[in-house]
Amino acid sequence: MSAHAWFVFAAYAISLLAIGGAALAILIDHRALKAALARLPDDDEETPA
Amino acid sequence: MLRYANPANFLRLAALLIPAGAVLSGVLLTLGLALAFFVAPADYQQGETVRIMYVHVPAAWLALFCWGVMSAAALGTLVWRHPLADAAQKAAAPLGAAFTFVCLATGSLWGKPMWGTWWVWDARLTSVLVLFIMYLGLIALWRAIEEPVRAGRAAAILTLVGAVNLPIVKFSVDWWNTLHQPASVFRMGGPTIHASMLWPLLVMATALTLLFLTLHLMATRNEILRRRLRRRAILAAEAGEARAHAAQGAAE
Repeated sequence: MSAHAWFVFAAYAISLLAIGGAALAILIDHRALKAALARLPDDDEETPA
Repeated sequence: MLRYANPANFLRLAALLIPAGAVLSGVLLTLGLALAFFVAPADYQQGETVRIMYVHVPAAWLALFCWGVMSAAALGTLVWRHPLADAAQKAAAPLGAAFTFVCLATGSLWGKPMWGTWWVWDARLTSVLVLFIMYLGLIALWRAIEEPVRAGRAAAILTLVGAVNLPIVKFSVDWWNTLHQPASVFRMGGPTIHASMLWPLLVMATALTLLFLTLHLMATRNEILRRRLRRRAILAAEAGEARAHAAQGAAE
């Protein structure tokens, strides 16, 4: 690799952190919402599996 | 199409599409990275640094595409007052901010070795920074207004006003004299990039677009669940209040 290899690695590492972080935040949010919904009584709305 | 605009139908469809989208974008991303790092040649002037292009350019396209998706959803909110349009718009903003951040950060990391500077206030870089700030403003607006319908309308207006920035970002390199290079893929006369670099770029762009769409489906699903949770919490609170009143009446 060239002398600029660190710039390439840093670019991909930042991309992984930003996009991976967004994906992780969405997954954690989903788990929290499902858990909170399970604690409350159903309002008779159709709930898909 | 309208059948899936019903939240319950959307959740059913999302349950099918999300795993498929995740697998497909994972496979394409693996292929795209392999092509970008092991098949695509180094540039004769930029050397290995050109490999930053395979994440920087798709991130820039997605930063604009995401605002386009939000603008379409904003029309759905303002014209048809559809609750799913609100949810889709709110779900897209953090993803758009993430891709715009990736575009800015990778551009800066590409600019330092090639231009000798991390940043210049040229029209392209500045208009993308404005886009990033608008994404943050939109996220802040959603958080500042508690009532979802009011927040949705305010965000929809801001989104449509902000859409003015999209052609400015796209054509800034043609309208002004910028350090940033002009368009080399979507331009009159066809791409100027050699096929050995264009194909890995298109595979990466497809993979990241699929990833964006999958994440957007997941985030929209979360918004629908959040509204369902809010409704259930209100109903539970009202039921508790009614029970307290009944108990108080019986005691008297």
